[in-house]
Amino acid sequence: MARLARLALTDEEVERLTEELRAIVDAVSVVGELDLADVPPTSHPLDLVNVWDEDEPRESLPLEDVFANAPERDGDHFRVPPVGT
Amino acid sequence: MRLLERREVSSAELHAAYLDAIGERDDELHCYLRTCEEPSGGGIPIALKDVISTKGIETTAGSRILEGYTPVFDATVAARVKRAGLSILGKTNTDEFAMGSSTENSAWGPSRNPWDPSRVPGGSGGGTAAAVSAGLAPWGLGSDTGGSIKQPSALCGNVGLRPTYGTVSRYGVVAFASSLDQIGPVAKTVRDVALLYSIVAGRDPLDSTTAELREAVALPEGGSLAGVRLAVPKQVGDLDAIEPGVRAAFEAALDTARELGAEVGECDLPLSYRYGMPCYYLVAPAEASSNLARYDGVRYGRRVDGATYGEMVDRTRDEGFGPEPKRRIMLGTYALAAGYYDAFYGQAQKVRTLLIREHRDALEGVDAIVTPTSPTVAFPIGDKAADPLAMYACDLLTIPSCLAGLPGLSIPCGLSDGLPVGLQLIGSQFGENGLFRVGHALEGALGFDTVPECLR
Repeated sequence: MARLARLALTDEEVERLTEELRAIVDAVSVVGELDLADVPPTSHPLDLVNVWDEDEPRESLPLEDVFANAPERDGDHFRVPPVGT
Repeated sequence: MRLLERREVSSAELHAAYLDAIGERDDELHCYLRTCEEPSGGGIPIALKDVISTKGIETTAGSRILEGYTPVFDATVAARVKRAGLSILGKTNTDEFAMGSSTENSAWGPSRNPWDPSRVPGGSGGGTAAAVSAGLAPWGLGSDTGGSIKQPSALCGNVGLRPTYGTVSRYGVVAFASSLDQIGPVAKTVRDVALLYSIVAGRDPLDSTTAELREAVALPEGGSLAGVRLAVPKQVGDLDAIEPGVRAAFEAALDTARELGAEVGECDLPLSYRYGMPCYYLVAPAEASSNLARYDGVRYGRRVDGATYGEMVDRTRDEGFGPEPKRRIMLGTYALAAGYYDAFYGQAQKVRTLLIREHRDALEGVDAIVTPTSPTVAFPIGDKAADPLAMYACDLLTIPSCLAGLPGLSIPCGLSDGLPVGLQLIGSQFGENGLFRVGHALEGALGFDTVPECLR
């Protein structure tokens, strides 16, 4: 799970989280008591229909702003360590 | 505001006076993560929760992973308060990524409750609530996913509104759980809350989940509740989690409502208090695990170096996130994982449908559902910090209506052991004006003094 979540957890963290998450998963598992075969899921609480906006070009952020908070910049790119194998 | 209109005080003087007060009291209370020396407008000052992006002002959402992050644009709500002339006083403390009920999860340390500084101000928006309560801001904006505006307002003796989902833009607001997050006002009176809501609410082309208000915001007037029908969920009577002192203040407020002419009846929310919290702690972490995937040390925020790209990302996230976001990312990743999705996230989304239905039924012919806002008064710092489930239970009463997308207004309704108790009014979608009317009338009759006893 930690690999999926992209977290480099320490052994100690894994141990603590395992215990905490077991208790939390137990608590939330009560949703399984209900028979909901015929109930549709809700992903959004408002009955909104899709809104189409005109496809008009707008100005984007200037590049200097885009890179203002970048940890590492290389010209017009964000620089990261080698992706590796 | 009267003094401003009569030009007896200037905005700059007001801003400076609040900064002086912050300088005097905030070392102890820690409401603010940073303050703005220069006023940004010619009107009333305002405090903004640190999840709201403010151009040129560091915005961390209470997290180390955003340390040093200085937005290059304003969130829509920040732009709207500036356009209205409000002057940003500073950014207020919050649990990391708004995940928590006490501000103890802030990477920068907890805020303290002005009524008793050994206690929490509630959370996640404890910084804004404590600042308003202590007179370190006249009003402020918070964000609410499962109670982060209403619960701290209750614990600090303020008025707080979680608006109908979709009525206030989330553009530029650090995302926690996108189908639940809402921005809303905190102030000392219902009228101030209504006024601030009128400034920030309405459709925003930059946030496609926003909806236009069905009617203009009406500032509430009048003190009668004649013809108003309130309903108390019958399950509230059986909840042991509600402290006796909270119950007593709540019952007394219902008596006051009856004296003002309201009819107080019962409604039935059989699923909300058993399944609301479990449903929330599946939906919200699932969405959080997805939203927080963007913090990868590439484009902004903190980076911890690694030999490879993958190592850099994993280390950045491990060192950048505190324990609560990690818990929720792990829980959400689990709830969304293949093989678990149907049993957890999918099932929770269906439970949510039932909660929407049962709230709709309960509100049939009723102006508002009423409950205490929080089952307890402010608790001592450290009391629940080691027990995530105990902390999650703080939002037992605020969560169900959040899942249903309904507006909720918390007003102070009395004291228990010298600490404020909040009363929650829940209305139908887009029913804010009705909540303001009822809240304003009740507030007038209850006569709660919002200034903490130790500051009078």
